[in-house]
Amino acid sequence: MGERIRHLVIKEFIQLLRDRRMRAFLFIVPVIQVFVLGYAATFDVNSVSTVVIDFDRSSESREIIRRFTSSGYFSVKANLTEDREVIPLLDKGKTLCVIEIEKGFSERLRKGIPSEIQVLMDGTDSNTAMIATGYVHSVLKKYGSPKGGTDKSPFRTRIWYNPDLRSKNYMVPGVISLIVMLTSLIVTSMSIVREREVGTIEQLMVTPIKPVELIVGKTIPPALICFFDMILVTIVGLFWFNIPIRGSFLLLALCTAIYLLSTLGIGLFISTLAKTQQQAIMATFLFFQPAILLSGFATPIENMPQVFQYLTYLNPLRYFLVIVRGIFLKGNGFDILWTEMAMLFLLGFLIFTLSSVRFRKRLN
Amino acid sequence: MVDEYAVEIKGLTKKFGDFTAVDRIDLKVRRGEIFGFLGPNGAGKSTTIKMLCGLIMPSSGSGTVGGFDIWTEPEEIKMNIGYMSQRFSLYEELTVMENIDFFSGIYNVPRNKKKQRKAWVLNMAQIEEKKDHPVKTLAGGLKQRLALGCAILHEPPIIFLDEPTSGVDPLSRRNFWRLIEEMAGEGKTVFVTTHYMDEADNCHRLVLIHRGKIIAEGTPSELRSSYMKFDIAELLVDQPFVAMDILRDAGLEASLHGETVHVSLESYESCQDEIGRILKNAGLTIKGIEKVPPSLEDVFVTLVEGRE
Repeated sequence: MGERIRHLVIKEFIQLLRDRRMRAFLFIVPVIQVFVLGYAATFDVNSVSTVVIDFDRSSESREIIRRFTSSGYFSVKANLTEDREVIPLLDKGKTLCVIEIEKGFSERLRKGIPSEIQVLMDGTDSNTAMIATGYVHSVLKKYGSPKGGTDKSPFRTRIWYNPDLRSKNYMVPGVISLIVMLTSLIVTSMSIVREREVGTIEQLMVTPIKPVELIVGKTIPPALICFFDMILVTIVGLFWFNIPIRGSFLLLALCTAIYLLSTLGIGLFISTLAKTQQQAIMATFLFFQPAILLSGFATPIENMPQVFQYLTYLNPLRYFLVIVRGIFLKGNGFDILWTEMAMLFLLGFLIFTLSSVRFRKRLN
Repeated sequence: MVDEYAVEIKGLTKKFGDFTAVDRIDLKVRRGEIFGFLGPNGAGKSTTIKMLCGLIMPSSGSGTVGGFDIWTEPEEIKMNIGYMSQRFSLYEELTVMENIDFFSGIYNVPRNKKKQRKAWVLNMAQIEEKKDHPVKTLAGGLKQRLALGCAILHEPPIIFLDEPTSGVDPLSRRNFWRLIEEMAGEGKTVFVTTHYMDEADNCHRLVLIHRGKIIAEGTPSELRSSYMKFDIAELLVDQPFVAMDILRDAGLEASLHGETVHVSLESYESCQDEIGRILKNAGLTIKGIEKVPPSLEDVFVTLVEGRE
């Protein structure tokens, strides 16, 4: 039994690694993903492009503009003098934020009459608009408090685990879960469907090879490659993006193995649906996209409608994301993560068993 | 394992929905014989072979291969057969040697025999100097022999070959039949399908299958004598296609054989002149006419047309 699996695994590795495009997919795409998600997919809001219309032209109004600029969150692009120039700038998306200081602002301020500043915000991207509005408030609040000074509020907020609120810290560990899923889906389903397309599966089926041996031999190579990719992404995260890993790497490896049960199982399942390699890729992405959206990868599950929240319980990605982020950022151990691990194992066991049964049926 | 027959089937049937691909076939293949399974494309040849190899399950009927039951002992059957299809199912990205390694591993060729078996394949396929080339760079004939070699690395006593010579040049085809004869000489049973009638003469015994049913069986010479009540006239004419149509319109059974037209006649001697007359009236000249022994193709054409 072991002998046949060994030969199948060797053959799979030769086929995978001899193909230049496959090599790129397996080892370069993951690195690109880390970089794209590490740099580009960030929720951090800084340098909001801002336009200022200062009708007051006083030292007070200039001080306010200076404070916006020096806060680091706003980049003041233009200082306009006319109202009607503003709307086209917002329409075309050239600016996100417009600050308008009316004439007489400083005079009223000096007389102690409440004065107002108008802020227009492009709400197309609601998330960014909310965050930027928050920054506007904090800049103005500081200006408004006595002697431009100290915050007397009794609240002290301390942020744990990711004190600088870096999106990178949140995104990069998540990439591991995406890469492992995508790689196992594509490699498993493609390697089986290709054999069916070319006709070699028939040749295998007249040999004494057993379906179990075929399943094991077909899933070991993608599993090993996924482990390699997991380590690759972790290294890039640690040394390039300075993402902390506070928990145990061994626990991460163990959880990856549990997670692989589900992802390889789904890959096996796709191979039973698809007749051609194109169909396999189509099916992979049809599954992959909603799986990301319903995982908590980018948007919190708690904000979803109840029905979708229930759906996420069937998504292995959901549990693995909690585990990965817990290990990287919070240093969680087995004592905290065991429920996720148990759920992930249960789900993986079910998916893998059902897919294997279906796979065996498809062979005959 | 002492039975006389390598393959024995009774009432074997395969239905795909409403379509009956194989319809209650009975046949027996003796050990050590080259058994030819003949028929046009879609007649049910491949379906029958696939049922015997355990690739698909029959709808009904029974059978044994190498003494093992096709319903209950597919695993034992797989240890005792080699199967090669017209697709020459090799791994194209892998080299010749890697393919041989792979299949010898899958077939569990014993360690002490591995080296000798691998060398045997390289030698049999005459592929020694290409052993490190990827299979996709090989010519059809080489691929065909390599596919055969990989299919019988484990020295099975029964070998199934499904259209093994399709898509291969004539010289390679002839070489391949020499290999088949050698294997039969070593006592192996070879079950081969083909739609090339000229190859059928290499078989010891033949079964003709048409639309899922067996329509004739016997040795090549038995088929010629017992199924052919007619004489065959071979005509050499300028426009064989036109001549064939004219003769068919006149109610005769005519078929194309290369450059010549074959006509089956009750008696060559009495009908010879009539054919000349028919063609002359149509403005065609006969360059030659002679009585020939029926080929298997003639037999097949007569049998099939008799059923349509």
